[in-house]
Amino acid sequence: MTTPTLPPTVGGNATNSPQRHGRLAFALLSPTFIVLALIILYPLVSALRESLYRREEGLDESGFVVEGDRFVGIDNYTEMFTGDAADRFWNAFFNTTFFTVVGVSFATVIGVAMALVMHHALRGRGFVRASILVPWAVPTAMSAILWQWIFQADGIANEILNTQILWTTEGFQAKLAVLIADTWKTAPFVGLLVLAGLQVIPNDVYEAAKVDGANGWRQFWRITLPLVRPALLVAVLFRVMDVLRIFDLPYVLIGSRKESVETLSMLAFDEANQVRYGPAAAYATVLFVYVAIIAYTFVKLLGADLIGEARVRNRETKRRKEAVPA
Amino acid sequence: MSAGSRVRTAALLAVAAVALAGCGDDGGDSGGDGGGGGGAAPALEGRGPITFATGKDTSGNMQKLVDQWNADHPDEKVTITELPESADDQRNQMIQNAQVESDAYTVLNLDVIWTAEFAANRWIVELPKEEFELDQFLEPAVETGMYRDRMYAMPVYSDGGLLYYRKDLLDKAGVEVPETWDDMFAACEAVKKLPEAKNIGCYAGQFDKYEGLTVNFSEAVHSAGGQVVDESGKPTVDSQEAKDGLNFLVDGFKNGQIPDAAITYKEEESRRAFQDGNLLFLRNWPYVYALAGATDGSSKIAGKFGVAPLPGKDGPGVSSLGGHNFAISAFAPNKATALDFIKFFASEEAQRSNLLATSQAPTRQALYEEQELVDQFPYLPTLLASIENAAPRPRVVRYGDVTAAIQEAAYGAMTGETTTDDALATLQTELEELTAE
Repeated sequence: MTTPTLPPTVGGNATNSPQRHGRLAFALLSPTFIVLALIILYPLVSALRESLYRREEGLDESGFVVEGDRFVGIDNYTEMFTGDAADRFWNAFFNTTFFTVVGVSFATVIGVAMALVMHHALRGRGFVRASILVPWAVPTAMSAILWQWIFQADGIANEILNTQILWTTEGFQAKLAVLIADTWKTAPFVGLLVLAGLQVIPNDVYEAAKVDGANGWRQFWRITLPLVRPALLVAVLFRVMDVLRIFDLPYVLIGSRKESVETLSMLAFDEANQVRYGPAAAYATVLFVYVAIIAYTFVKLLGADLIGEARVRNRETKRRKEAVPA
Repeated sequence: MSAGSRVRTAALLAVAAVALAGCGDDGGDSGGDGGGGGGAAPALEGRGPITFATGKDTSGNMQKLVDQWNADHPDEKVTITELPESADDQRNQMIQNAQVESDAYTVLNLDVIWTAEFAANRWIVELPKEEFELDQFLEPAVETGMYRDRMYAMPVYSDGGLLYYRKDLLDKAGVEVPETWDDMFAACEAVKKLPEAKNIGCYAGQFDKYEGLTVNFSEAVHSAGGQVVDESGKPTVDSQEAKDGLNFLVDGFKNGQIPDAAITYKEEESRRAFQDGNLLFLRNWPYVYALAGATDGSSKIAGKFGVAPLPGKDGPGVSSLGGHNFAISAFAPNKATALDFIKFFASEEAQRSNLLATSQAPTRQALYEEQELVDQFPYLPTLLASIENAAPRPRVVRYGDVTAAIQEAAYGAMTGETTTDDALATLQTELEELTAE
């Protein structure tokens, strides 16, 4: 592997010292960083600060709330991990993780299958692609309402399965309902990204494989999957980060404060709803750290420098193209 | 690599600058307003344009009334600010506005259960009791606007639970409209002997885990002679009466008198089940009357049902109160105009026009007895009886936590996860903590 270096933008002119170069870059980039700091870092820092405070909840003798925020240090966090709220927190933590692992696996498998179908569909290609993408275009809250109709006691799901399952009550069936609705909605997203990956795989690789006598299954495992890996990883990473924050689907489809489907986002929302912004901010912060850790590990373990790999591959294809006319 | 690190330094610098600026800003805004409380209601002063924050104006009648007001008061114009449709979102927006002491909303359209929270936080101001003709309003509705014997909100819309029943089936089975739970289940047994009603569900209310469950639980407890929170504000859900109340629901599910699916019912699901002919008795709000009576084919039971007051353990039951009250934000100017505007909305004329346009129940007693209105809304006398006999849901500052605890306990007992005794014992402890001062 070659180490990627920045392409020389202004040529190797000796008058452009590296310092000058850096200062110019700094000046050009700073507006972007200021905007990023304002809209991402400021809320982040302010949420962190908020999570160290708690609102007074007592009443004075004439029935008025004693006003003011109290600095409580890391109390909001210890309360969450080991205090009265611990059961609820760990349950939400488990649900969030469960939805992420199972939901993303479903979406990936089905999404890849969809991509293969879209890639190979010869007749009505446009129509197949458009129709597979429809669920992705439906707003989540709206799809949650649609699925609520499907899963209600006398709904279509029970009709087709010939069962009397009460999907929206506490229990595993509620988790399953959320997973089904989530997969229906997000598999097309994975499919779309994987399709883009499939389309850049040159056909000659497959021809060579055919000559070597590899069957379809072997081609998929040895050629398609490795070559589509960068696109697939981006899709999975996006999905993971999305599902970790899942809120609207379980909230609308099953309801708030239902143990079986309560996620970390829902917990933070519920606390904020009770005007307890301190604990709410603490939940949100923990969720943020969790997402950050997962994303980082993901990129480190599986991605192996997603962007760098893509860049190298780009350069290689470019080189090959240049080589052809010569 | 070196380019990367330089970029990182730049980012850090920018961040540090913003973070510092942020910290500097936050220091100054502490130091409450103090004062308040004590003595008679402080005078509401100032005249001029105001805003009226409310949920969705579905019928357009609010705008009509406001237009009428604006025509008469060109210097004190009212602008409607429509908030989101969900009650939780409305409350959130109002609270966020109050916390930054914004003057964006002058008159607030509050759900009856929010009065205590808004009053205790000094987000709304005390209203002069004597300036409203309170004796002409339904007493339970007026009560919902009170906090610690002071008036903070004026009831404009009310709501009470009704028992909808299948008149055709009861007549055919030759049974009376029940007044007690036992009568109701006995009537159901009799009806089930009819061949066409073999599989009908006996009774349902709203039992999904949401605010409707608190309404239904409170009704069951009150209808058994108990109280959720007594007059002095102490929770009393460990009483025998409270157990009887919750057991009515728990046993109903256990014995199949309440269909299993009812655990997923909110207002609309239960209405549909009744309209499709799957329920003999239904507890619901007055809005169902028009929809269940629709003759366009959407209801299978049009003309076949009647309404009665809710049944109870040993006699007529006690409904929970719904409805909306108007209050004045503590942070907005022109409070005198706001007061006049509330009086205008509570006037007989405005309430009649609201009833006709939206079929939302008024808070003035006289309207329930007006023949012309009764002809159009035949359930009005029954609704009046329901509201007159109604009890408010717990009036506590931390209502959000209280209703969550109630839902948790009732839902657990009804799904058989806990026993009635355990659920109520836990609830009692939690409510004691939440109402402690």
